Amino acid sequence: MAVFITSHSRVIVQGMTGAEGAKHTKRMLKSGTRIVGGVNPRKAGEMVDFDGHVLPVFGSVSDAMAATSADVTVVFVPPAFTKDAVVEAIDAGIGLAVVITEGVPVHDTAAFWAHAVAAGGRTRIIGPNCPGVISPGRSNAGIIPDDICGPGPIGLVSKSGTLTYQLMYELRDIGFTTAIGIGGDPIIGTTHIDALAAFEADPETEAIVMIGEIGGDAEERAASYIRSHVTKPVVGYVAGFTAPEGKTMGHAGAIVSGSTGTAQAKKEALEAAGVRVGKTPSETARLLREIHLTE
Amino acid sequence: MDLHEHQARDLFAAHAVPVPHGVLAVTPDEARAAATSIGGTVVVKAQVKTGGRGKAGGVKLAHTPAGAREAASDILGLDIKGHVVRKVLVVEASEIVSEYYFSFLLDRANRTFLAMASVEGGMDIEEVAAHRPHALARVPVSSVDLARAHEIVTAAKFPPAVADRVADVIVRLWETFVAEDATLVEVNPLALTRSGDVIALDGKITLDGNAAFRHPSHAALADESAEDPLEAAARARGLNYVKLDGQVGVIGNGAGLVMSTLDVVAYAGERHGGVRPANFLDIGGGASARVMADGLDIILNDPDVRSVFVNVFGGITTCDAVADGIVAALTLLGDAATKPLVVRLDGNNVEEGRRILHEAAHPLVTVVDTMDNAADKAAELAAVGV
Repeated sequence: MAVFITSHSRVIVQGMTGAEGAKHTKRMLKSGTRIVGGVNPRKAGEMVDFDGHVLPVFGSVSDAMAATSADVTVVFVPPAFTKDAVVEAIDAGIGLAVVITEGVPVHDTAAFWAHAVAAGGRTRIIGPNCPGVISPGRSNAGIIPDDICGPGPIGLVSKSGTLTYQLMYELRDIGFTTAIGIGGDPIIGTTHIDALAAFEADPETEAIVMIGEIGGDAEERAASYIRSHVTKPVVGYVAGFTAPEGKTMGHAGAIVSGSTGTAQAKKEALEAAGVRVGKTPSETARLLREIHLTE
Repeated sequence: MDLHEHQARDLFAAHAVPVPHGVLAVTPDEARAAATSIGGTVVVKAQVKTGGRGKAGGVKLAHTPAGAREAASDILGLDIKGHVVRKVLVVEASEIVSEYYFSFLLDRANRTFLAMASVEGGMDIEEVAAHRPHALARVPVSSVDLARAHEIVTAAKFPPAVADRVADVIVRLWETFVAEDATLVEVNPLALTRSGDVIALDGKITLDGNAAFRHPSHAALADESAEDPLEAAARARGLNYVKLDGQVGVIGNGAGLVMSTLDVVAYAGERHGGVRPANFLDIGGGASARVMADGLDIILNDPDVRSVFVNVFGGITTCDAVADGIVAALTLLGDAATKPLVVRLDGNNVEEGRRILHEAAHPLVTVVDTMDNAADKAAELAAVGV
């Protein structure tokens, strides 16, 4: 199985002809992703050659879906145009939109999320400002390197791209069903809870790594979800124990304000829900390994 | 970006939110002139981006222009929680009958926005939220028209006599929130005056930096004088840098990994004389040798830094580009480079990156295989320098 994307996923790329889009389309093709086309209204009808993979460019997401039966879109369009691109994907009724673009105004994200909800929730959104989702050996929708590790029984969800890579690397001998980078913005589509629910339902996923960071209360909410809904073992990691109050640490959402959003509060909430929380990425990997070996 | 009170007041006024008459002053004489032009009793208020101004002596009432001058000379230069006062806002004193609280902010949990309103304004709203939660109405909103504003007014139990005026202000605050791409608009207090006006007596606005591309005017609102000089230098080079109070310079790729690196360095520091991370610096995804060299330059120019930890997991970033950047920065600095560097590379093109560093064999550079061991080495080197 794996979650959100599988070897059957048919992927289109919005912004495929731009510099970032083209670079990552090549990488995704190399990891075995079934990319069936791209979208750019100004280049509709053109064909683009990616190292021997010739892909058609469509004028709209709905044209691309009609012609290719695509069910996933990966969005690389610049921040100023991201809202329109995602709204178009939602209106076309695509099942999954992975929004890689960094620097999307939060009012735009709130607007396309509200649009997705109003459309009946048929489009899952991951991101924005995220590395995407990879089911190693099956499909890769986004920018996560495919050569860190192979398939295995662990599911991973994280706000941070490089911490995802670090944990995949630490656990490369065990492998992953799916790793999901949900992004570090204050408003995001798919949350820790959505990913936990998907991993709980996925028969191939045996254990879950959940990576959080300072800011907001998503980890606390995930903890209470785990307590009542997740039966599989979960190990956690929270970055930012030494972050001072009032300073944004890179991600727009990573800020401690007053007593809310601290790493300590998140760790305590997760531990109260039975999640073993590592102090460092390497300790987190060790905790997962202990669970995996005792099962 | 958090705005000063006077900047928030200007944006409110631009969106027809009622605000008291006021003038900004940077000298006592300007404050006197401001008080003369406003007439009558005025309030002189420190313009610093922190709470607790009143308790710190940063807000004073003045009945005459001479009094305003005196108040300003007391307040200017005052250090309030590490923020030195460089400007005061002189505003007409209002006769206040009631103080309310109102804000629009992000509602992360519901992936939308939240209106918060209370008839118990003027004080620390976190106190109200903690001890009398029923006194603080929280209403999720995705758009606000007059009808929705009246629902908020009803939820917060505003007195019927002021409901229409408050609802009108709420609609204008929503217009400010949306039109300016704010992530926070807070009015505390929202005041009912003796003359029956509802005005935004004091306010905070936080603007979304991601939306800067559609607000060219927002660039002028950045307050460079209040910024750490190293942070300003980093920002000018497009680097994501935050100055901290420790001794181990940290540079890495990706916000999460860098935050994690700060933690691992702090833990290692517990074994090495209590040294701590000196900064947060994220060189971002796909960083070039140039960006790496710029980042290193900022950190090596921090007099507090005694050792540097470069921690990169190459995803899009290639380790050879990082290694090239390190070598280039050290070559450029020449004899000026005196601080030891501990480098840990993994991921994309790691063999080539390590090869470049081994070949350069710079005496200041130590390559360590794991993040934990590298943090320990960097902390140890910083402790030696104590």
